[in-house]
Amino acid sequence: MRGGAYARTSELPLTLDLSPQVGRGGVFVAHFPASESIRLSIALLIEQLLNGLQLGVMLFLMAAGLTLIFGVMGLINLAHGSLYMVGAFACAAVAAATGSFWIGLVASLIAAAAAGAIVEVTVIRRLYDRDHLDQVLATFALILMFSEGTRWLFGSFPLYLDIPPLLQGAVPLPGGGQYQLYRLAIIGVGIVVAIGLYLLISRTRLGMRIRAGESDREMIAALGVDIRTLYTVVFALGAALAGLAGAMVGALQSVQVGMGEPALILAFVVIVIGGIGSIKGALFGAILVGVVDTMGRFLLPKALALAMPAAEAGPIGAALASMLIYIVMALILAFRPSGLFAAQS
Amino acid sequence: MTNAPFMTRETIINALLALLLLGFPLAAQAMGEPFYITLATRIAVLALAAVGLNIALGLGGLVSFGHAAFFGLGGYVAGILATHAFNAEPMLFGFEGTTSMPAIWLAAIVVCGLIALPIGAISLRTAGVYFIMITLAFAQMIYYFAVSWPAYGGEDGLSIYVRNEFPGLNTAQPLPFFLICYVLLLAALALFWMLRGSRFGAALEAARQNPVRLSAVGIAPFTIRLVAFVISAMVTGVAGALFADLNKFVSPSMLSWQMSGEFIVLIILGGKGRLFGPVAGAMLYVLIEYALGGITERWQFFLGLILLCVVLFARGGLLGLLAGKARHG
Repeated sequence: MRGGAYARTSELPLTLDLSPQVGRGGVFVAHFPASESIRLSIALLIEQLLNGLQLGVMLFLMAAGLTLIFGVMGLINLAHGSLYMVGAFACAAVAAATGSFWIGLVASLIAAAAAGAIVEVTVIRRLYDRDHLDQVLATFALILMFSEGTRWLFGSFPLYLDIPPLLQGAVPLPGGGQYQLYRLAIIGVGIVVAIGLYLLISRTRLGMRIRAGESDREMIAALGVDIRTLYTVVFALGAALAGLAGAMVGALQSVQVGMGEPALILAFVVIVIGGIGSIKGALFGAILVGVVDTMGRFLLPKALALAMPAAEAGPIGAALASMLIYIVMALILAFRPSGLFAAQS
Repeated sequence: MTNAPFMTRETIINALLALLLLGFPLAAQAMGEPFYITLATRIAVLALAAVGLNIALGLGGLVSFGHAAFFGLGGYVAGILATHAFNAEPMLFGFEGTTSMPAIWLAAIVVCGLIALPIGAISLRTAGVYFIMITLAFAQMIYYFAVSWPAYGGEDGLSIYVRNEFPGLNTAQPLPFFLICYVLLLAALALFWMLRGSRFGAALEAARQNPVRLSAVGIAPFTIRLVAFVISAMVTGVAGALFADLNKFVSPSMLSWQMSGEFIVLIILGGKGRLFGPVAGAMLYVLIEYALGGITERWQFFLGLILLCVVLFARGGLLGLLAGKARHG
């Protein structure tokens, strides 16, 4: 399994931008006044924080759909990671065919939403009144089918997706250093989606129905709302968000079969921390997980290096850092068993 | 439930399955086809792991999506002990490595029990979907630790150069090794049967069906569930040690979430909460895998399709089809 796909995303700039500091750290200290090296590490810190935020935003797009689907339909959907993969593949394939990332992005939304709607109508619909075990198993089977089907269509080699020209380049950071414009754009998209979802759910008729469906599905069906269509719409909306996340991440890492599951599992951690069914919890949990994971990978090896030889501190720090979010999750659940913002009793 | 007639249809089918699993490799041995013995060993080991999970999932209703953690831990116990014995270097705290299977199984049981205790204690504070996800997350935590910890192979895994030893048997031969796995599987099935019939099993069933009433009669569901979870982890750990010996290799893939998913699949394919459910499931799963793998490169797609159909249309699994509905929910 390609376990470290997300880890690699967040490590990418680390290896790019950290290497001068690690490799020539002594040189910096020797040739520049102390303030220079401190300023550099503050820039690095800001950069890592932004990376954490960017990871958090991606996780929010995944987790929002998962938590919405669970909150409204009571369904645990393991195949959500497959929809993320569908989005990435659709974007990469269409972008390669048309030469435009933006058309690819639109295609990813359409493809993921369509795949979500089809799966909902054919399979998921039959699972709403089953227990969670059946849901886990059926959506596990869907993952196998999606993964193998994608390999069938696109072959085993990864696809690559370029960052669109408009968003190439870097932005200067306060305190020196630069930051990839594309990653900033992802953070921006995440903020827009979060606001959009908030408005959709709290201000529109559809949102009112979704909230009503969460609290009492029989009643809103009795009031004449077509609950089946509502469920399909919610599922397709969640799928589209996952597809959007996949397409945007596709330009940062390779697009390949199996990319969805690490993201799915992190999204599970997010919604467990935030409280299943709560979009606010998903936002908070996603940013917490994104920042803790990224900063842990950045800071833990350095912190350990103060206490032990650097050769040992690196691997131990990395091993601990990869476990950090799960430790955070366990701690949170030990004190609040239904998450920080539990929506339902 | 223990007062059922002695020879029910399910009992007969169970006996037939047990004989079939034993007869298949014996026939393969007679025909000089050692590959099929390995296939049967794989069935026995996967079934053993799933019998372990069935204690938590089938009897206790605890849908652990993280049992690969214990499977992999058992595997790593076998791999690490064998490596230290092979290189004749002592481990932490002055323990010696060993290549003796019984010692390895004991170590796997102890390690899995010690790790299942805190994992269970935290996870069991939650229920339902939270429990599924938190067990998954703990397994992922151990998975990532194994991937990024370089001492025992990290992502590349760890090879066991010579299969570990069992007194009086030549484990390098496929058939004796199969018999070891088969006997352990029968022992685990006996454990499951005894647990189900015991007062503890009754309390566990009650904790699944109605925890409030169980606490009202003065039994804490939490403790009962925790004990079941730990026992379940220990059995799966032994299966992991055998799996490592079967492949002479341990890698983080034994800890992966797909593995956890596979165990659940085995139980559901065979029939949840039934004594021989995991055995029937493992037989069916490995045979489907083998048969489909022979026909098409895309066997995973069709495996998914079959699983989906089983969940949607054949509730109760293989034993449900063969032996009728389970006697209780």
